[in-house]
Amino acid sequence: VNRRRPHDFPAAARDALADDQLRATMRRATQTIRARRAAAVAELDDWGELRERARLVKDDALARLDELLDEFQAAAEAAGARVHRAPDAAAANAVVAGIARDHGVTELVKMKSLATDEIGLDAALAAAGVEAVETDLAELIVQLAGDTASHILVPAVHYSRGQIRDIFARTIARGRDISDDPNELAEVSRLYLRERFLRARMGVTGANIGVAETGTVCVVENEGNGRMCTTLPPLLVTVMGIEKVVPALEDLALLLRLLPRSATGERMSSYTSLLTGVTPGDGPREYHVVLLDNGRRDVLGDPVGRQALRCIRCSACLNVCPVYTRVGGHAYGSIYPGPIGAILTPQLWGMEEHAKLPFASTLCGACAEVCPVGIDIPHVLLHLRARAVREQAPAPERAAFGAAAWAFGSPRRFAAAQKAGRAAEMPFGARSGLVRRLPGPLAGWTDGRDLRPVASETFRRWWARERAAGEAPPSGGGGGEGDR
Amino acid sequence: VSATLDLFTQRLTQAHVEVRRCGAGDVAAQVAGVCTELGVRRLGVPPGLPADWRPAGVDVVEDHGLEPIDLDALDAALTGCTLAIADTGSLVLAAGAADGRRALSLVPDVYLGIVLEDQVVPDLPTAMVRLAPLIAETGRPVVFVSGPSATSDIELHRVEGVHGPRRLAVLLVAAG
Repeated sequence: VNRRRPHDFPAAARDALADDQLRATMRRATQTIRARRAAAVAELDDWGELRERARLVKDDALARLDELLDEFQAAAEAAGARVHRAPDAAAANAVVAGIARDHGVTELVKMKSLATDEIGLDAALAAAGVEAVETDLAELIVQLAGDTASHILVPAVHYSRGQIRDIFARTIARGRDISDDPNELAEVSRLYLRERFLRARMGVTGANIGVAETGTVCVVENEGNGRMCTTLPPLLVTVMGIEKVVPALEDLALLLRLLPRSATGERMSSYTSLLTGVTPGDGPREYHVVLLDNGRRDVLGDPVGRQALRCIRCSACLNVCPVYTRVGGHAYGSIYPGPIGAILTPQLWGMEEHAKLPFASTLCGACAEVCPVGIDIPHVLLHLRARAVREQAPAPERAAFGAAAWAFGSPRRFAAAQKAGRAAEMPFGARSGLVRRLPGPLAGWTDGRDLRPVASETFRRWWARERAAGEAPPSGGGGGEGDR
Repeated sequence: VSATLDLFTQRLTQAHVEVRRCGAGDVAAQVAGVCTELGVRRLGVPPGLPADWRPAGVDVVEDHGLEPIDLDALDAALTGCTLAIADTGSLVLAAGAADGRRALSLVPDVYLGIVLEDQVVPDLPTAMVRLAPLIAETGRPVVFVSGPSATSDIELHRVEGVHGPRRLAVLLVAAG
């Protein structure tokens, strides 16, 4: 899914910005969640301390990831689960499709899961003849629309209620007269999905947190669809990113205090489930956990960038980002949008395709301020920008900067370059005071701003002349007279 | 202790959960009252639910591995819990004898939870310390229930009762 031609964030952002309805919807939604989060966080007087502890827990876990994954696997298997290691998306999809095939399953129910969106599991299952029914309301809406998620937490946030009614009217409520009342729309999905829950023979989930010492998978949700998926079908599969594992249950308790408050502004979500292997007589008889790498181990190799793997997918950084709140999620061209996506996507799936994402930020720092695990997103953005320039800048740009470095390298060359610049800008209206439009590849610079012309007299020439005219350098504002 | 119980009650109320308090000898009568009020005729219970919690005048169905379709035919489920958390307004179901299977407290449209006062702990870290041996030694599945089933997926407008129970009521039972 992710290995395509380079993603053009600026072009996608321009399109998104032209969509007035999208901008209004995004503004309303993100402001609402922001206010809820702020209130929930303000309630805890030790928020800063919890955050710092969470940062340390995650860093420790990442530092000894292999050890914890082995511990997780041993404990989960001792409790009756089967653990699979998947180095990439194709391997993970093959494991899940293989389990479905072995059990003769042709339809399964799925809980909302970023990891499975990341690997394109639904499409892979469809290709293997298995229909995956998304059961989170927002994921269902997106699936029925043939669309992709635009937000980590509320994937259908870009749709208005009227648009959702239209999607239902042409899919699961065809031929019925339905209104755009959210209560009625939710009821339509309830009836449609209940039937599928009751007959489901296989469920698939992601994981919010994994616990090494007990081999426990934690999933958090509000609708109850997750509990349906994890308790009704006799067969269950969880796909978990390897970075989700923490050492102990007390670490889980810590992260559970941070996650719902940061995500939805709730003290705790309606349902938090801890799944540890198989329990006779309660829930699935067979449980598989697929540990997904898909680029994560490579990220660990970057001492600055690796902190992105602390992310617990709360999405608080999306809702405060001046870029995300205006352009929405699709412009990022990744299942992980917003500030966290801008540092995660290029690291996970390559700078070649996502070199523009680290530049999709104003570096205002709001994301770092709300992050519950203390990821310094602006710092990582700058780090990745430098990498993007080193690895990905186009040849003419590299040549231009090389030439600039050469020119700046000696006073004589610098003076010659200034002279050349004055001559070169003349055709573009520099004489009228501002350069409004540069030609060719340089046009990008003047798209959003005017360019000040090179001064008619350089500072060094002015300095030399003033020194020659009087003994002491002039003071105050009088020195500019000669330029007028 | 009473401050913890008050906080628990307050948090549940804020999460749109109906809370009633009663004495130990009064549970069955209270449950019968709620059933009448909500029109519950078929009530699912775990086999391990204490006899003196079971209401009269209602068809009480013990869950000995009911199929999903049979769970769906129940009007309500009644269970106890392993712990409750004041600070987050949560019932903790950890596969205890009175907790029942996870599906029982999920599929029927109404869920009645019974919490004994001495089961209420102040916060999540305290609860986790108590749960840790159950999880580590016996791999017990655990569900924290902190409100009715709800969604905010349509324009962030809250709708209650998407897939799980639409109504959640809690009976807080005094010790002794």
